[in-house]
Amino acid sequence: MMQDVQTTSLFKERSTLLVLGALLVVTVAVTLANLLPQGHPLYVSTFTVSLLGKYLCYALLAVALDLVWGYLGILSLGHGAFFALGGYAMGMYLMRQIGARGVYGNPELPDFMVFLNWHELPWYWHGFSSFPFAMAMVLLVPGALAFVFGWLAFRSRVSGVYFSIITQALTYALMLAFYRNEMGFGGNNGLTDFKEILGADVWAEDTRRTMFIASSVALAAGYLICRAITRSRLGRLCVAVRDSEARTRFIGYRVEHVKLAVFVVSAMLAGVAGALYVPQVGIINPDQFSPLFSIELVVWVALGGRATLYGAIIGALVVNYLKTVFTGVMPEAWLFALGGLFVLVTVALPKGIAGLLRFRQGQARTAASRQEAKA
Amino acid sequence: MISRQLIHTFFSVLLLLGMALSLAAHAEDSADASQAKQLLEALDVRSYDAKGEAIKQLAQSDLPQKGEWLEALRDGRLQRQKDGGRFVIVESDQGREWPIKDAISGEELGTATRRDLDKVRINNQLRSQLQGLAATADLDSPDTGRREAAAKRLIGEVDETTADSVAVRLEQETDGDVKARLRTALGLYRLEQGEADAIDTLRGSLDPAVRNALRPIAAGDGPLADEARTALNGIEQKLKFNRWLQTLYFGISMGSVLVLAAIGLAITFGVMGVINMAHGELIMLGAYTTFVIQQLLPGQPGLALGLSIPAGFLVAAAFGIAIERGVIRFLKGRPLETLLATFGISLILQQLVRSVFSPLNRSVVTPDWLQGSLVINDALALTLNRLAVIVFCLIVFTALMIIMRRTRLGLEVRAVTQNRTMARAMGVKAARVDILTFGLGSGIAGLAGVALSQLTNVGPNMGQSYIIDSFMVVVFGGVGNLWGTLVAGMSLGIVNQVIEPWAGAVLAKILVLAFIILFIQKRPRGLFPQKGRAAE
Repeated sequence: MMQDVQTTSLFKERSTLLVLGALLVVTVAVTLANLLPQGHPLYVSTFTVSLLGKYLCYALLAVALDLVWGYLGILSLGHGAFFALGGYAMGMYLMRQIGARGVYGNPELPDFMVFLNWHELPWYWHGFSSFPFAMAMVLLVPGALAFVFGWLAFRSRVSGVYFSIITQALTYALMLAFYRNEMGFGGNNGLTDFKEILGADVWAEDTRRTMFIASSVALAAGYLICRAITRSRLGRLCVAVRDSEARTRFIGYRVEHVKLAVFVVSAMLAGVAGALYVPQVGIINPDQFSPLFSIELVVWVALGGRATLYGAIIGALVVNYLKTVFTGVMPEAWLFALGGLFVLVTVALPKGIAGLLRFRQGQARTAASRQEAKA
Repeated sequence: MISRQLIHTFFSVLLLLGMALSLAAHAEDSADASQAKQLLEALDVRSYDAKGEAIKQLAQSDLPQKGEWLEALRDGRLQRQKDGGRFVIVESDQGREWPIKDAISGEELGTATRRDLDKVRINNQLRSQLQGLAATADLDSPDTGRREAAAKRLIGEVDETTADSVAVRLEQETDGDVKARLRTALGLYRLEQGEADAIDTLRGSLDPAVRNALRPIAAGDGPLADEARTALNGIEQKLKFNRWLQTLYFGISMGSVLVLAAIGLAITFGVMGVINMAHGELIMLGAYTTFVIQQLLPGQPGLALGLSIPAGFLVAAAFGIAIERGVIRFLKGRPLETLLATFGISLILQQLVRSVFSPLNRSVVTPDWLQGSLVINDALALTLNRLAVIVFCLIVFTALMIIMRRTRLGLEVRAVTQNRTMARAMGVKAARVDILTFGLGSGIAGLAGVALSQLTNVGPNMGQSYIIDSFMVVVFGGVGNLWGTLVAGMSLGIVNQVIEPWAGAVLAKILVLAFIILFIQKRPRGLFPQKGRAAE
């Protein structure tokens, strides 16, 4: 079993090819359809393109969570925090690009700082006018937080529900902190009113298309990274830790190092997802830190199917599509549906949609082999 | 038979007593009324000398209304209706329509204009006479509360016309609180006159007027200034101590709320090992039960509150048992899944409440006997509703302790917690114990909701704001340990209140969360970890 996982190349794996292929097809098709003239029956509006881009960012976030939850058995109820931190890093870059075009026309300070009567840029805002620096921060800030938090938690063997609850407390505390104006991140309005990214107008159709394609590429890359990790020796160690932590430790592995490494990678991926999300949505505010968002994304993964990675993508797309539909048609029913989904998935569908697919496949296979046996 | 007769006689006697009392009261009322009328008539004469006499008479009488009349007369608000000649007091002479009330009975008479009324006129001489009389008139009142209020008004208002009479009253006064106020009032006057020993009488007084009077003196030079400085220092010390007590009180009351919210969780999470993310919503259901019962019994908030205690318990317990039977029991041994499923339930309950009651916050009426506060001194007042929550929390905690330690259920719960299989082998019905434990924990969440409704508004989001705090309390205190929950809840409440003044409410909360996150790193099993067989 172990052998055949390692011998086939990553790019010859059926599930990987399917995911990459589907992503490629969707991306190309949507981009082309968006390029059609507006009256055309196959035309896809730029709004829809951005919406899909948003879904893809969520899917990347879900993949990142699946890496730690599905393979490592760590349920983080604070992954939204890493997503939001990445988003804020990107938002800060975008704010610096506004320059003197803000409402107050201050070339140095963002509008909300002028409004708060601040006279100079806080030290932590320096450097964010440079795109490479901002992108480095998108990776480093969530990574550093995950490293410190994970190091503390895993070293003292906080695990299971305890870990879940303190990650929730973490994102809750961050949410409260970011709601404060004194933090210098725009308080409860967050960062918004972006003008341009890398010199291109944020709201132009070309830019939106490019960002959609970038999200798609990022998702593909994120998926490949996670898949590569899970197929590697490290990946199998993860599964060992998940299934029997004590035994793995006794065999001689440093369990906390395994956990920490994977947790940090996952946080960085979440940060990238957040960074791509912000310019497409046009705003980042402390709501992204809310425990509700973090736990909602857990249900994406649970619905899609844990420890499959592609399941996380399916789950994120399905739940968010449902959310868009529900909130449009009957907003008050959405929480009923979401709540019901939580219960349904945990009680009736523990392996999620991916589990259903596999079950079908398995059934087909056994049927086929029976036929062969008969013949 | 006998008992019925007894009751009958009892009620007849009661009835007779009541009639007699009301008759007597009536007779007294009318006697008072005619005397009052005479005194008022005497005021409404042409000669100012005669008026002066009448004012003296009024001041010496023992009418309860005299303080009010003297004040009204001084301010020109004692007037007479042209139509019927009834004496009225103008409650406010702003605008055109003045609200008026009957001077004798105090009955509200709607509004009148300047043209309907005749003012009882006074001159400057009378005005200064009235000034002193009005201030001290209530000091003769038989009602201690009125005397104290009058004495409090006098602080900073004593002058040469009233100083002597205040001194006389101070001699006669028997009530300690009124005495202290009068002493302060007189001391302030003497201080103004430059009497050094007056500072001694002011030492330790928490009235802000004393501090204001002492401060300029303390800023100067000389022996008086030194005296004033030490007195002021003493007052500041006392004030600091009282503020500290106030903070402690708020801390304990917040801690009680946390304990109430967390203790149900301590049972379901700590004892049963079940993560119930819908716990906050069970609290919310308890609070909404109070709201609904109050709607059903308008005008009787006290009775409604009394009824909501059992009702809140039952409603929350019923929902809790439904959750246990419907969902949690299928997820035994899968804590993370339990967490997710109950979170889903919490979303459903929130939306349910939003759909049924509206997403807006509802306010629950606090009964009269829970309003107001227990005034210890000028710097320290304990609000009654918070006091009630503290007492309630301790009662609930004690009751729970007794259940867990002294009853059959408690024994079975502890047995199932320690070793489920063994307990079942000994004949304990584990499933039944699960239901009862979960019902108990959920019911206590309902009680927490009833208590919370007296402190804050009731809204669909109220549960969410408590769930994380409650978990923190349980984890901090040590899972499966009720004492730990009590200590953790109280200390978190106090710490929060201590940090709050200099860090702000939000930052205080963040600091406390950060502290707990770090604390769990050091002691993953909380303050009071379980030992021996109970630990896994």
